[in-house]
Amino acid sequence: MTFSPELEAKFAKMIGNYPPGRQKGALIPMLLYAQDEVGAVTEEVIEEVAKRLKLSRVEVEEVLGYYTMLTREPRGRYHIQICTNISCMLTGGEELFEHACRRLGIGNKGKTPDGQFSLEEVECLGACSWAPAMQVNYEFHYQMTPEKFDRLIESLRKLQ
Amino acid sequence: MANMVTITINGRQITVPAGTLVIEAAKQAGIDIPAFCYYEGFSVQAACRMCLVEVEKMPKLQPSCALPAAEGMVIHTESPKVVEARKSMLEFLLTNHPLDCPVCDKGGECELQDMTFRYGLGESRFLEIKHHADEKQWSPLVFYDPARCILCYRCIRVCDEGLGVGALGLSYRGVSAEIIPNRGDHLECDECGWCIDVCPVGALTSGTYRYRSRPWEMNYVPAVCTHCSNGCKTTLSVRNGEIIRANNRDRSGINGEFLCVKGRFAFDFVHSGERLQTPLIRKDGRLEPASWSEALKAAAARVRASIERNGKAAVIGSTRTTNEENYYLQKFARQVLRTNNIDHHRSGDVITLLQALGGREGALATVQDLYTCDAALVVGADLSQQHPLLAVQLRANWRHHQSPVFVISAGPVREDQYAARSIRAEAGTEADRLEELRADLQARRNLVILYGPSMKGEAVRRLVAFGDSLGIPVKYVCLVDYANSRGALDMGLLPHLAPGYRPVEIPGMTLDAMLEAPDLDLVWVVGANPLEGGRRFVSRDAFMIVNELFLTETAQQADIVFPAMSLYEKNGTVTNVCGEVQRTKAGPKVMGTKSDLEILGLIAAQLGFDLGVPLPDRVFEEIRREVPGYNVPLALIATGGAAPTKPPAVPAEVDAQPELVRSSGDTLFTSGTLGKYSKKLGEVIEAPGRLYQVLVP
Repeated sequence: MTFSPELEAKFAKMIGNYPPGRQKGALIPMLLYAQDEVGAVTEEVIEEVAKRLKLSRVEVEEVLGYYTMLTREPRGRYHIQICTNISCMLTGGEELFEHACRRLGIGNKGKTPDGQFSLEEVECLGACSWAPAMQVNYEFHYQMTPEKFDRLIESLRKLQ
Repeated sequence: MANMVTITINGRQITVPAGTLVIEAAKQAGIDIPAFCYYEGFSVQAACRMCLVEVEKMPKLQPSCALPAAEGMVIHTESPKVVEARKSMLEFLLTNHPLDCPVCDKGGECELQDMTFRYGLGESRFLEIKHHADEKQWSPLVFYDPARCILCYRCIRVCDEGLGVGALGLSYRGVSAEIIPNRGDHLECDECGWCIDVCPVGALTSGTYRYRSRPWEMNYVPAVCTHCSNGCKTTLSVRNGEIIRANNRDRSGINGEFLCVKGRFAFDFVHSGERLQTPLIRKDGRLEPASWSEALKAAAARVRASIERNGKAAVIGSTRTTNEENYYLQKFARQVLRTNNIDHHRSGDVITLLQALGGREGALATVQDLYTCDAALVVGADLSQQHPLLAVQLRANWRHHQSPVFVISAGPVREDQYAARSIRAEAGTEADRLEELRADLQARRNLVILYGPSMKGEAVRRLVAFGDSLGIPVKYVCLVDYANSRGALDMGLLPHLAPGYRPVEIPGMTLDAMLEAPDLDLVWVVGANPLEGGRRFVSRDAFMIVNELFLTETAQQADIVFPAMSLYEKNGTVTNVCGEVQRTKAGPKVMGTKSDLEILGLIAAQLGFDLGVPLPDRVFEEIRREVPGYNVPLALIATGGAAPTKPPAVPAEVDAQPELVRSSGDTLFTSGTLGKYSKKLGEVIEAPGRLYQVLVP
């Protein structure tokens, strides 16, 4: 399979960044970028990345299973990650997550039937100073409350 | 000589080469340090933390499997701190372990169980519900129970490093971490089951052994594998006359603990429902069951009649019977039937090699040589598919000693993964490409050359001439197909050569000539299937006696069929591809069968011939006396060792008959007649005959 020209250029540069014989160092970023473009690390992506990095399929799957940011199943258009680690937990992160579950009608790692939203409970997002924090795709939202969450969901729905 | 360092372990001074791992140094001194992930011969993982030791002046406990010995180190392996650490590690390993020992196959030979008895606490402080994951079947032969797994990585390393297959990996994390197979939910690999053997717990279990027995209920019999020619020791676990499993955990043979799918799983043909268990005599055109005495009497009468009327007899011998039986068979042919019409299915041009070597000693490589040689050249063979032990030896030699391997083959082979040079040449033209490797090979201290069945006659002479011209010591291996293919040649199952390759006065008919001869009176086939694929003897009226395990195409045409024992059921010796003699012992019992030696002995006795006592030990004594090269040390053989035979000199004028060399081209998942009757071999997805090709990107 081939990716978009931009991504192909990125991959070419990335693979060249590693000394000969150590190309497999590019595995994690390749999987992540491919996932962003394709929507998930599909069977096809696994085969392709393995081929390009001269790895066996099982070596790719080892990494794929280990990292929770990589997924085989396509996520929602808006992937919501809510932190419930210590700082966020103390400032209402768990309540926020429970509210999100009720509001979206899905559980952890679930996806709404229309495919718009998916939800995931995550560990520290590195935003403790502004806890509780959450992330929608690559965008951060700080000092969240259930009300702010509802407004955010509404605004995202309107964007459709 | 490497730099030596002196260390102190538990108050004892030990001097070892610098760089020796502390766990190994301790072992040399007879001090046992417990470990799960450490596995001799494979890369260091340092994952299980069982081998922690206290080293003075180091603030924390150190994993002894990853700690090189350094001058002046003072180590304690049983101090209170270490014992406490082991206790804690075991408690930790058991947090999610199901403790289902009463139903686990590994119970009784489980390293985790042993260790817990030795160091463990009686109870755990963890009260939480155990994390569980369901058991998975990866292939008909390999099952994985993640709950029992302690993540030592042994299986991953033997598969990847030992075999170059790399079918296993470890994925997910934390409590969810587990071993994953290479095809999503199943395995596609060599199906050798090495991973099952090395598993220190019951996480990997075998499709043939699961829930069948306990280790203490079985007897262990040292047998030599009856399939390919590598001569692996396979220790049969026998209960009530039945083989329950086969492995070689005691590393007693030339193969250490390695076995391929055939050695480990393809023993089930022994107890196949299709085994012949009573003699058959053709009556009114149909093979009918008969008693042993009736069949022996009928066969003896027919042989006597044939001798009296001077009828033409032909004998076809086997590549999977013992040396003793082969020796006795040729004696039977030459002395009782008074004919040199004796041959067998030849699969490698050993004769030309021996001619070219001219009796030179030390010119035949042993299996051990493949692990110690400075370089190896593989010509016209796919070792990992046809000679798995030899492939594993070469790979280990490369891993441990960086000894390069050079390949000249028709297609891609697994050795390409690490070969210093791989040359592709059409079968039969390999010798033309030898010169390209001259400079590389001359730079090595010594060399082992292995060649396959595409190299015969002139090509073998050129190969030896090339080896001789390199100016370094060169040893050779002529690859042959079956467990005693080599022994059949050495024991003189040949129309023109008596045991030890001594020319006979009047050469007899070759196998091809026998099939074509119009005037045969008597044909005796022992453990062979020359009529495979619907062939017929041109002499349709010849009386045919067949000793066989199954009603093969040949046995179906017979007039008398004797139900024979398989190699696993009898005592005797076999000679492997490298010309090493090993003793095999009788394990299982199949009712109604007799060994070929006994059958021939009984017939000879009925006919009034004295061919010597048909007991394996007595015949082997005669072989040691009579067959050049076979005067091997008895003590070595008796204690399960492999004794290399000396290459006898074969006169230059002898016709090696290279045109009769035809390999069956078996793969990892086929094994001639026996393979057809092994259910397990037929069940794996790689079968029949499909090769597992490692991805070579």
